[in-house]
Amino acid sequence: MSFEIFVMQVFNGLSLFTILVLMALGLGIVFGLMGVINMAHGELMTLGAYATYLTSQFFAMHLPALMDYYLIVAIVVAFCVTYVFGYALERGFVRWFYKRPLDTLLATWGLSLILQQAYRTIFGAQEVSLPLTSWLTGAWEPVEGIQLPLNRIFIIGLTILVAIGVYLLLYKTRAGLRSRAVTQNRAMSSAVGINTDRVDATTFALGAGLAGIAGAVFTMIGSTNPGTGQLYVIDSFIVVVFGGVASLFGTVASGFLIAQSQTTLEYLMSGSMAKVSILLMVILVLYFRPSGLFSSKVRS
Amino acid sequence: MKNFRLTPETSAHLALAVLLIAVLPLTLDSFWLANMGKYLAFAFVAVGVVLMWGYCGILSLGQGIFFGIGGYAMAMFLKLEASAPELPDFMVWSSVEVLPLWWEPAKSFTATIAAILILPVLIAFPFSYAIFKKRVSGVYFAIVTISLALTMTVLIVGQQGDTGGANGITDFRTLLGLNVISEASRTTIYFVEVALLLIITTLAAVLLHTRFGKILIAVRDREDRVRFSGYNTAMIKAFVFTVAAVLSSIGGALFTLQVGLVSPTLIGSVASVEMVIYAAMGGRLSVTGAVMGALIVGLMKSYLSEQFPQTWLFFLGAMFIIVVAFMPNGLAGAVQSVFRSRSSGKERA
Repeated sequence: MSFEIFVMQVFNGLSLFTILVLMALGLGIVFGLMGVINMAHGELMTLGAYATYLTSQFFAMHLPALMDYYLIVAIVVAFCVTYVFGYALERGFVRWFYKRPLDTLLATWGLSLILQQAYRTIFGAQEVSLPLTSWLTGAWEPVEGIQLPLNRIFIIGLTILVAIGVYLLLYKTRAGLRSRAVTQNRAMSSAVGINTDRVDATTFALGAGLAGIAGAVFTMIGSTNPGTGQLYVIDSFIVVVFGGVASLFGTVASGFLIAQSQTTLEYLMSGSMAKVSILLMVILVLYFRPSGLFSSKVRS
Repeated sequence: MKNFRLTPETSAHLALAVLLIAVLPLTLDSFWLANMGKYLAFAFVAVGVVLMWGYCGILSLGQGIFFGIGGYAMAMFLKLEASAPELPDFMVWSSVEVLPLWWEPAKSFTATIAAILILPVLIAFPFSYAIFKKRVSGVYFAIVTISLALTMTVLIVGQQGDTGGANGITDFRTLLGLNVISEASRTTIYFVEVALLLIITTLAAVLLHTRFGKILIAVRDREDRVRFSGYNTAMIKAFVFTVAAVLSSIGGALFTLQVGLVSPTLIGSVASVEMVIYAAMGGRLSVTGAVMGALIVGLMKSYLSEQFPQTWLFFLGAMFIIVVAFMPNGLAGAVQSVFRSRSSGKERA
């Protein structure tokens, strides 16, 4: 493998990494806080992708002059739509299952089927793809022979921004402090006056919003269909479990590790064998470190 | 047989036997009977899920793996018999010229049956014992198993030439010279299936009434206390997981025989989650309920996907949610509570 190809290969891995990390951050926060496995998380990502699609349609129809900047608006819209939807979902659905984590898994799976069907009914079964904005077409060529597509650079930057944002939110604000307190000890937090119901709802909504951003990012590297989210949800779970639940750094690191090994192995062997080796490797690592690679020492 | 009483449980078993042996064959035409046979293949999986999840608290979302082992082992045997002395058609299409080594056992019927019964044990037991020994349980175990189911389908789809890829394996003709496509032989397969199923449900019910059955419940409710009492809970859980795996494998083999097809989508992650719902629908604490659950969900899927081809996933999803939210013990639980309130009413009167 020549150096140029290697660099571009790593770079391609980074775009899978961005999706996985954005998805896994949301999943991980929710799982850490509430012990809830949300199988419909992938459908929240799809929702974000469709929100992005609708925004671009709106711009194309009403504001063609600003078409170049629809993406910025769309990312915000995707976040807001999924945030609100996630909030409603937690209040109206998920919170009834907190006492029964295994049942939540099945109930949210049922929900994901309903959402997929809803997308199919509303948007049709065929894929929708979005026009690439002009300022993101083309590639940056830092050295002769290495071409780094601009849109990938953009989504990597965006992901880093979001990850830093989530870090600041969780570790530097009162809301984040409350959320972490509930994660560590729900009963005690409640006793000192934290409204745990509200923390649950906002945290779940935040996780959903992150999935929405993942959806917006996804539209830049692939076409969306009603089943898109389902392809990513199990992978994101693997990232969360591999990195260690409730560890922000672990999630990012394991997302990077899994995405990079996936793309690198794909280069060396067939795509399916690459996937199989990754999954087996993850299971093997989990055997030796059942609570994840970078698990924080929290008393359970 | 001292003090033989007709408990509600025994009567449920008898009613199930009458339904499967007499009522269905007498009232349904051979097409529908074959369909029933297809749904009953999932009943084997569901009985395993009742033992494993309902009584021992282990939620596996990877039962499709073992369903697939049984299904593919049977399919490989049937395919070799159908295409002998040539190679199977899909191998020819992918220009595979020599029969892969791991297909060799599929030439012998004995080896095939052994693979259906023993391979799941060889895989399920060491894997689950290692995992349970590490005290990985609950949702983690569910995620590990669902990702294994995903791995298996990816592997099968990827190895087109050896496995038939995404299309699976189909186009069978005979089983040991017996035609498997004709209606008469499908009816025979149905009765063999029912006989096996009734034996297994009886054994499962008996198992749950032994001391071992009580320990299972104890492991489900307070595993640490059972461990402190000196039991090797990892061994108990691995045993139950293995039993469930073998039952799934038998179900898979019968499915292939009955339907004449096995493919990755039938055993993948989505299908594996559905298999749990069969048991949840019927009642995760009732062996007979699980069989009825498999029949009812199967029928509803066929009916809904025919009547509402565009929107039937709405109904399937809603069914998942309703069963989990409002009927934690499924149909059997609902029936039981009706009977219980009636009998307690009698006592009061």
